[in-house]
Formats: sequence, C-alpha cells, structure tokens
Amino acid sequence: MNGDIGLWAVPLAMLGGAIRVSTPFLFVSLGEVITERSGRINLGLEGTLVFGAMSGYALAFLTGSAWIGVLAAALAGAIFGLVHGLLCSLPRVNDIAIGIALMLLGTGLAFFFGKPFIQPVAPDLPAINLGWWSDLPQVQAALRVNVLFLLGFVLALALAWMLRRTRMGLILRVVGDSSDAARALGIRPARVRILATAFGGALAGVGGAYLSLFYPGSWNEGISSGQGLIAVALVIFARWSPVNCFFAALLFGAAGALGPALQSVGVTSGYYLSYAAPFVLTLVVLILSSSKSGALTGAPRELSITK
Amino acid sequence: MSVAGDLPKAGAPSRAWVIPLAARIEGLLLPVAALLAGFAAFALFLLLLGKSPVDFFALVYKAGFGTAFSWSNTLSRAAPLLLAALCVAVPARLGLVVIGGEGAIVLGGVMVGGLALPLSGWPPLIAMPLLACMAALAGAVWIGAVGALRQWRGVNETIASLLMAYIAIALMNHMVEGPLRDPASLNKPSTAPLAEALRVGDLPGWNVHWGLAVAVLACIFAWVLIDRTTIGFAARIAGGNIRAAQVQGLPVGKLVIGFTALGGAFAGLAGYFEVSAVHGSANASLASGYGYTGILIAFLARHNPLAIIPVALLLAGFEASSGLVQRRMDLPDATMTVLQGFVFVAILASETFTGRLNLAALLTKGEQR
Amino acid sequence: MLKSLTRRHFLSTSAGFAGAAALGGLSGPARASGDLTVGFIYVGPRDDYGYNQAHAEAAAVIKAMEGVTVIEEENVAETQDVQQTMESMINFDGASLLFPTSFGYFDPHILEVAPKYPDVRFEHCGGLWSEGMPTNTGSYFGYIGMGQYLNGIAAGHATKTKKIGFVAAKPIPQVLLNINSFLLGARSVDPTITCQVIFTGEWSMAVKEAEATNALADAGVDVVTCHVDGPKVVMETAASRDCFICGYHANQSDLAPEKYLTGAEWNWATVYKDMVEKTLAGAPIDNFVRGGLAEGFIKMSPLGPAVSDAARNQFEATKAKILDGGFAVIEGPLKDNAGNEIAPAGTAYEETDVALESMSYLVEGVIGSTS
Repeated sequence: MNGDIGLWAVPLAMLGGAIRVSTPFLFVSLGEVITERSGRINLGLEGTLVFGAMSGYALAFLTGSAWIGVLAAALAGAIFGLVHGLLCSLPRVNDIAIGIALMLLGTGLAFFFGKPFIQPVAPDLPAINLGWWSDLPQVQAALRVNVLFLLGFVLALALAWMLRRTRMGLILRVVGDSSDAARALGIRPARVRILATAFGGALAGVGGAYLSLFYPGSWNEGISSGQGLIAVALVIFARWSPVNCFFAALLFGAAGALGPALQSVGVTSGYYLSYAAPFVLTLVVLILSSSKSGALTGAPRELSITK
Repeated sequence: MSVAGDLPKAGAPSRAWVIPLAARIEGLLLPVAALLAGFAAFALFLLLLGKSPVDFFALVYKAGFGTAFSWSNTLSRAAPLLLAALCVAVPARLGLVVIGGEGAIVLGGVMVGGLALPLSGWPPLIAMPLLACMAALAGAVWIGAVGALRQWRGVNETIASLLMAYIAIALMNHMVEGPLRDPASLNKPSTAPLAEALRVGDLPGWNVHWGLAVAVLACIFAWVLIDRTTIGFAARIAGGNIRAAQVQGLPVGKLVIGFTALGGAFAGLAGYFEVSAVHGSANASLASGYGYTGILIAFLARHNPLAIIPVALLLAGFEASSGLVQRRMDLPDATMTVLQGFVFVAILASETFTGRLNLAALLTKGEQR
Repeated sequence: MLKSLTRRHFLSTSAGFAGAAALGGLSGPARASGDLTVGFIYVGPRDDYGYNQAHAEAAAVIKAMEGVTVIEEENVAETQDVQQTMESMINFDGASLLFPTSFGYFDPHILEVAPKYPDVRFEHCGGLWSEGMPTNTGSYFGYIGMGQYLNGIAAGHATKTKKIGFVAAKPIPQVLLNINSFLLGARSVDPTITCQVIFTGEWSMAVKEAEATNALADAGVDVVTCHVDGPKVVMETAASRDCFICGYHANQSDLAPEKYLTGAEWNWATVYKDMVEKTLAGAPIDNFVRGGLAEGFIKMSPLGPAVSDAARNQFEATKAKILDGGFAVIEGPLKDNAGNEIAPAGTAYEETDVALESMSYLVEGVIGSTS
C-alpha cells in the first residue's frame, strides 16, 4: 500500500508541488503578459486574485457549483481589470500607482464581503487522476491534476500562438511597442490596453478561484501568500513569453514544495531557508539571465518599468 | 514634470511668479477635492449597506483625531510608515520602483536584536547611535544591493526588491529562531532583549516614541536633498531620462546605488525604532507590513518627502479608528482597507486634472487684459 | 445533509448581519446595559475553525451573561496595534476587563500598557505571568497536551502504516509538548509507531499548511493532527489524501466526519465565566491560572465513527485516569530523538509540572528537529 520510497519522495513531492502550487502563478502571469504586452503594468493583481478567491468560493457555496464560482471570479477579475484599464487611460494617471491602490481595494472588499464565507464548506473543483498507471499512492497523489492546470497549459500555448501568428497578437504587440505607430495604423491604443487589462484581471480572478476552490481549497484571509504579486514579477522573469510563464510557474511551485519535502525525509534544520528557495532561485536565475546593457529582450517598449 | 513647472518660460509676462504659485495651489486643491470624492464614494457604499456615513465619519474623526489619545494613537502608527515611505520615495526620484522596503525594516530590526547582547553594558550615548547606524546600514546594504543589481546587471529593481523582501523575512525568522534566539524566550522566539538603558523612550510630554521626531526630520532631510541640492537635481534629471543623464556626464551609477542605499537606510531605521521603542527585541512581529503600506503612501505623496507626512498621518488616523468602527458599527475590520482603497483610487485618478485647472489664468485675470 | 446545515447556518448569520445593519449607527454596544465591559482581542478572524474561534465561542457565552457588555476586535497584529487597541477599548468603551488572547500580545505589549491603567484587569492566554509583573495582569492556560495524548491513542489504533504526522507552526514549548504527547499516546498503543513532524514556520499560512500535509501523506503518514492557528486547511487536505484526522483548538468534525477520530478542544468559557463572575462580585482573580480536563479548561470532541471499540475503551480508560489526577505523559525512562536521556526511570512530570512549559526536545520516535 503506502510504499516507503525514501529519498525519491523529494523529487516526487516537487513534481506534485509544481502541479498543485503553480496554477495560480500561471494564470496571473499569463494574464499579466497580455496586459504588459499592451504596454500597461497592473501591479494590483494580488487584490484581484484575493477578490477572485473570495467571490469564487462564495458563489460556489451559494450555487453548489464550483464552475459557477470560477466564472464569477473571472467576471469579478475582469471588472477590476476594466477599472484599472479605464483609469490608466486618463492622461497622467500612473498605472503602477493605480495598481497598488486597486490591490488595497480588492483585498479590502474581499475581506469585507468574505467574512460570512470563512466557515462554510464550498464544493471543490474536480481533479483528473493522471497517475492511475502507478501503484504508488505518492505518484497518484502527485499526478492528481486539476482541470484548471491543464487549461492553463493550453492557454499558455494558445496565447503564444495568438501573439505570434494572429492579427490580434500583432495589434497587441504594436500597441505595446509604440502608441504612435499604432495610431498611424488606425488602432486605438487605449481601447486595446483596456481590453488587455480586463483580460489580465479575469485570468487573475481564475487564479484566485483555484486557490479557494481546489488547493488549498478554502476561503480565509490568509489564503494568498503574495501569489498575485509574485506572479507579476514572474512575468518579467519569463521575458513576456506565455510559454516561459508556464515554466516559471512550474519552477516556482516545485521550489516551494522543497521545504516540506526535505523535512519529510529528515532534513529538518534551517527550514525557513528552504522555504525561501523559490525566491532565492528566482532571484539567482534573474541575475544570471540579465545583462549589464540592461536590454530587456522581449520587453514591450511602452512599459513604464522598462523605460 | 516638476522641473518644467519651476522654470519660467521665455517671453513670459512679468507675472511669471503666478505660474508656480498656481501650481502649488492646484497641488493642494486637487488632492483635497479627490479625498472628498473618495469619502463621498465610500459614503455611498455605506448607505447601500444600510449603515450611516455620518456616524462612520464621526467615529473616524473621534478615534483618529478627536482626542489626545486619538492623536497619540495616530502618531504612533505614523512613525514607522514615514520611514517606510521614504524607502520608496527616494529611489523613485531616479525613476526606480522599489517595493521591498519590508525586507530592510526587518533586517534593521534583526541587526539591533543581534547587537543587543554585545552592546548591553555600553554607555547609551555611544551604543544608541551605533545601533541606529547599524540598523540603517543593514537596510542600506540590502536595498543598495537592489540598486547595484540594477546598475551592474540590469536586473529589474521592482522584482528584485520584492524577492529580496521575502528572502529577508526568511533570514529574520531563521536568525530569531536559530542563532540569535534568546533561550529564555520560550513560546515567542525572540533575540535577547535590549538593555533598558538602550531603549528609546517617548517624546517628552507625549505618548509617542522618539521615532516620530526622527522620521519627520528624515522626511525634511530627504526633501532638502532632493529639492535643494545639486545631487537631487542630478537625480531628477537622471530619473527623467537615464541616457540623457549619462550623455551629460552625470554619475548615474553612483546616484542609483546611493539613492537606493539611502532609501534602505531609512527603512532600516524604522526597524531600529520597532525593536528599540516598541518590541524590545527582534521577533517575527517585525514583519507586519509597514513596508507595503509605505509604498502606498509614497505613491500618494507623488514621492515628495514633505507630502509623505500628511499622507502618512491620514492613513495612520484611518487605522487608529478601525477598532472603534469595528466595535460601534458592527462593521468588519476590512472596512478601513476599503475606505483607503476608495480614497487612494480617487486621489491617484485626480492626477489627470493636473495642469488643467488653469489657476494661473484665473489669478492674473483682470490685470492682463 | 451537512451542506444544507451549513447553508442554513450561513443564512441565519447573514440575516443577523442585516438586522444589525438596520439598527446601524452609534447605538453599538449600549453602555448603559452593562456594569462591566469586557474586551476580547483576537490575532486572526473569529471564525477560523481554530485558536481564535475557540476564544470567540467563549466570548459569546460571556455576552449572554447579565450585566456584562462584550466588545471584540479581530485581526489585531502583535505590534503597537494591540497596545492602541487595548487603550482604545479602555478610553472609548470603558472596558475594565481585557482578554487579549494571542500569545505574542503579552511581552512587551500588555506589560507596557497595564501599568498605565491600574484599575483595568488584563488577562492573557498563554501563561507567562510571573512574580514581579504588574499585579493587574494575569495569565491562564490549559493542559491541552493531555488532549493530544488522547488524540494519540485514537491515532495509534487507527494507523495502519504505523506512521502518524503532525503539522506544526513553530518549535516552541507548547507545540513540542503537543507533538510529544501525540506520539506518546500513540506509542501507548504500539511502541513501534513514529511521528513525522513538519514545521511551517507560520501560525497561519494556508498553502504551506496544505503542502506540509501533502508531504506527510507522501511520506506514508495515515493519521494527521496539527498545531497552527486555523486547522481547517490541514484537516481538509489530510482527509482528501485519505488520512484520518485528529482535531485541535476547536471541533473540526464537520469538515470530514468520516475521517475525524477525535480532537483536543479548548473550553475557554469555563475560564472566562469564572473570571467575569469574580470581577462582578469584586473578588480577586489569581494571577496564574491553570487547568486541564478535570477543571473543564479543555475537552475532547466526541469520538468519530472510525474509532474502533478497542480504541474507545483505551481512550475512555485513560481519560478517566487523567480526570483522577496525577497522570503523567512524560515519564522515565525516556530519551529525546537525539538519544539524550530526558527523564531517568522513576521520574514523572505530571501535567501541572511547570518544567513542561519550557520543553525544548522532541521525544524518541518523533522524526524532526527543534531548530
């Protein structure tokens, strides 16, 4: 039954952790890639994620359907994105600052309306058992994959294709690289950016719904430990490429599983440091992959933080 | 932007002084109007929930600013926020968005906690400034490293500072529960307590610790540096356009590292006061989010060190009244966060009207024509 | 069935919310109705299925008492926030008995504020009061390690892999005593059982708690308990991995009734009622208050359907022994998990022994370390 697999438990736990933990990072960063490709940065996705987690859980509980919860979270997220997009289309309004203010507003509203939903138990999202071929319960558990994770993977490929091969992708890239060029082509940059930010918000909302409806699978005020904020950082790390976002999210999730996995095989001292592994790893990769010239390859030129 | 506002245009009438004055008035009028608009939106929110906005604002005033106790409550909360906001505002003059001040606060605090034992017998006149300097140094090194990474490796400072904040908190927890743990701190792992003689007390006649005075002085110092010195002028130019600054031969690298380090030093100082005036030793409570609130304050103050003071007071007042609102109106504790969200969105969005009020024309009306 | 119950619960509370909203305004706690205002301060949300809920449930009992007004505040950080909250309750609401319930509130925060208000009583949960501290402060705590020992007995009978698991926040004495008691309870059933512990480093961090629980399940653990502020995530994750669960802080059985064996719960109402009654009568309160199962400070959740008869018998027999008094969990000969002797043969530490409150070791059979 429960086979003792010794040290193999560590890589296996990291694989499982990567799949379990990465989904919120994946969704938020995919959404933010689209937003940033249009030349805007939305730092407020943490607030959107938390509000998505709350509204998703609340709706799933009230209707009895987890999928309605996901839809509600996406809708709520899109509204937050829309607000961000509209406000930042006003001249002289700073997108980073508005993002921070909306982070506060999103979190505040989520906590405000979320109080009655901390106690109740809402239905979970279903999982697909991809580990049916193995006798090991550890493998089966690691490969219990949520539909949203698979959806995120497909979405990453689809967005990469969209950016590269479609008219929509071209419009987005032109707007992100030069407002003037876009206007010359008869594109209205503000409208594209508003839609791109709304799309980013919707995905962040879905990321939040994953937290509250699947893993860890409950709503409380500590549900997010900064996933929304880190995911925005991962976009820069992933060089604005949706496929890279997928790998960045996986890497971050796997590194996050390292701490508990090491403790479970008896490596117990300094656990705070092993818990910091995802942050250290991301920073190290970031330092190694950057260069003095500061040329952020792949960065949209209209993006305020890369100017 | 602010540079252009100070320079009278060639060929302007003799009443050129009106333009900066008008800009000043507008700079005051706009945020206040936006604040009121934010309040109005929140009042509507309360009405929709069936709560009385009048009662609400009366309570906020009473508990935030209405009594002597309210003021000491508000001011105590403001002290760390001022320093945390400077950690964002100072590098922002170079166009850098540093959001990891929390890390510098925490490490400044750990530095003080770690030195508590070695310095226990020292005379306070030497030990206290030394502790403050060491805490500031810890913060300066941490955020300065963010600047160095930006300058030498082209690493984005926003993401680096955020990641480093998480790493700093992990380091703090590790030190406090491991190498620096006072064996006597049983159920709340902490460093050895700071000797009584080295604790920072309250301002004479006030119920607020000295950190507030130091923080206000720090804001004034930062303002003078940025607005009234050539270094600050160079930084503002570099903040506008780094390449242009390099072409003009400005020491951009030194400015980047110096300004990030200075910001970090302010945050480290906040950590110093948290340990020496509030907690008495370093422990996990050091990571209580002041660094993140500081980001908000700095952006609201448009990175103007002097504007940080009223903004931090307003925010601290909101937080001071949170408890009374919770208890009297049966509203959840997140109510204040929602209010802050409304107010901040309104104020930030109001920036779109900057320069559009045309006050200069109003002021000179009648004299010109 | 369960769902409809919880939904009804939700509807009734939200109706209450709306009712309160209709009243609105400054009416709030009517000062006139009570001679005594009691303030409760929580570090997290009141309904976390755990530490804060245990206190809030007791506060609700106090609320129903004659002549008492209860005021509450949640999510108050262990910084100067809590100092200001205490003073605000005293200055604005006239509170004269305060229960700042989080462990980290005591030193330095309560010790800082208490001397300024000699007429106000500050009662702190956790047990740090000692001679020389302000006399208007006091501390109370319960011997919940005994509850974890009983949890361990239920776990020892239920485990098939002979590995049980513990998700812990931080390696501090109160947590270590719980871990050791849980394992020793299980070992009273079968001495080959081991207990794997994983520290999350935080009192409340949902994703880490879920990951820790998964790591335990991956390591072959099949019964899980915890010591974090809100056990909901640990309990739900463990049950989803087909592990049995033992509750902590409050009753978590409705999260997974089939998997829930039993749980060690606080019963703070006993303490609070006693202290409020004494205050109303003008009688003094002891500065150092302790109690266990016998005194009604802690209680056990009703045994779940998965508990075998053998387990039930041993559980009840041991509980009776504990109620009689004099029962010791830490009893020689006993070594820690590094091989050092911690109790030679013939020594025993009863639950009342203050030495247990500075525990710094994990006993033999616990996989994990204290640093």
